[in-house]
Amino acid sequence: MRKVAVIGAGMTKFVRRALETPKELAWEAAKMALESCELTMKDIDAVCFGTAPDAFDGVHMNGEYVSDGAGAWRKPFMRAFVGGGTGVFSSIQGWYHVASGMFDVVLVVAEEKMSSFYPHAQAAFLTIFDNFTERPLKPNLLWIFALEMNRYMTTYGLKKEDIARVAVQHKRNAADHPCAMLGEPNITVEDVLNSEVLAWPVQRLDVSPISDGAVAIVMAAEHVAKRLTDKPVWIEGVGWNLDTAYWTNRDLVYPRYVEYAARMAYEMAGIKEPRKEIHIAEPYDPFDYKVLHHLEGLQLADRGKAIELYLDGTAARDGNLPVCPSGGLLGVGNPIAAAGLMKIAELFWQLRGEAGARQVPGNPRRGVAQAWGDLMQIGTVVVMGR
Amino acid sequence: MTSRFKSFPGTSLSEEDFAQGEVLFVHDALKAEYARDTGVGIGAYLAGLRRGVILGSYCSHCRKTVVPPRVVCEWCFRPMSEYVPLRDTGVVNTFSLCYVTWDVQRISQPEIPAVIVLDGASTLSETSVVMGGILHKLSEVDPKAVRIGMRVRAVWKPPEERQGAITDILYFKPIEE
Repeated sequence: MRKVAVIGAGMTKFVRRALETPKELAWEAAKMALESCELTMKDIDAVCFGTAPDAFDGVHMNGEYVSDGAGAWRKPFMRAFVGGGTGVFSSIQGWYHVASGMFDVVLVVAEEKMSSFYPHAQAAFLTIFDNFTERPLKPNLLWIFALEMNRYMTTYGLKKEDIARVAVQHKRNAADHPCAMLGEPNITVEDVLNSEVLAWPVQRLDVSPISDGAVAIVMAAEHVAKRLTDKPVWIEGVGWNLDTAYWTNRDLVYPRYVEYAARMAYEMAGIKEPRKEIHIAEPYDPFDYKVLHHLEGLQLADRGKAIELYLDGTAARDGNLPVCPSGGLLGVGNPIAAAGLMKIAELFWQLRGEAGARQVPGNPRRGVAQAWGDLMQIGTVVVMGR
Repeated sequence: MTSRFKSFPGTSLSEEDFAQGEVLFVHDALKAEYARDTGVGIGAYLAGLRRGVILGSYCSHCRKTVVPPRVVCEWCFRPMSEYVPLRDTGVVNTFSLCYVTWDVQRISQPEIPAVIVLDGASTLSETSVVMGGILHKLSEVDPKAVRIGMRVRAVWKPPEERQGAITDILYFKPIEE
């Protein structure tokens, strides 16, 4: 397998409702990614594209529909589609396009426009549930998160006011992100605990918002990357894993699929002790407790103990293991597929020392990004280093 | 690179932009109807519910009993050897008090979705990560009194009203002990 680097990245602002169409958002991000490494579409051998459920757009085969905005015309094109895991997975797809030797330079674009679904994108999620045993109960996407959060909290005796610190830290981090939708430098734990109860234990500020946006990266083989930049950021390991779709047949307390995906990525990256060898983590954070869940799956904390990273400052931007220095989905926003690829872009900027006000100190050398999706069941993990 | 770029694309719209007619939009409504065959495993499950029986499926190789029943065991990929009746009682594995409906309407009395591990199905243990849980709702209970570990029993529709659907069980309620 060939070495693969990320050499450029671009993104749109993440907003509640964008003027631009999905094609236009995809193009804006793609254009910016190409400009950042001074390439044009002529240099791109293939395009990988990610967008999550077609139901948001009401367009069947939405990947093909948006493809021209992603620059796919007259190029090999492939869409990644694993729900919330899509954004990180699209970079894994870009990686194997290049690592295999098939292509030298690949453009990866992830886009989501959730605001079109009327009146609220939440209702689109009804169609992910089993149509015989679950959908007749009129389930709500919040249910499964609330069920999982309650199981997790109760099993380990965690307090809501501790978990709220995750949301606070991410929204504060996002205040330094120029594309963020919910950056709030002065938010407090009380604000989270006083926000509307949606599905106890989930409250409004425990949840990431419905958003529109796009992110793009350029990936290149070693010989191309070294010709174009002094600061390539290498894809050192990738992993992905799927758990059962019968989600009521497993204990929601621990994401085993994230563990398997992480172990696959760590083995490829030669990582034996992730807590020492990973310097930045961008775990998927659509809900605050989810970060803790994922940090445990990523082997960056013992089971039930991830909250301690927040309580003792380890997870802060200047801590020993900064978690979501970008501001994450809770702060920057959650245009689903784009939000996952944003984590890859964040590691690219952080490892190059180009993250501006968000820069993690100490010249971090290696980071891990992770996303989660489908029916509470997929883990997608990428390790990047310089 | 974010530090090198001065501005980022993407134009945020507000309610006001729509109120003033500054932004055009096209309303679209999709209508898709389906009549899905219930198949072998779920077909047996739903037929069981119509009779007032909750069926699980048992794998003699893995010695696991799961619900809803299925034709293939996910762990060993062998056929599930038999369908077995479970009891209509069980334990709340987790629950939520939900104040919004599936289409985000606010409600004052919460719905109480729960994962219920049925008696007779596999349960979590030192040696089992598999449990025979189903998604359903709780009712006839004070929301504040619901606890993980609470024992519950199914409340069924009257036999003549059952249709062979998961809603033949109206909800689960606590067992007085």
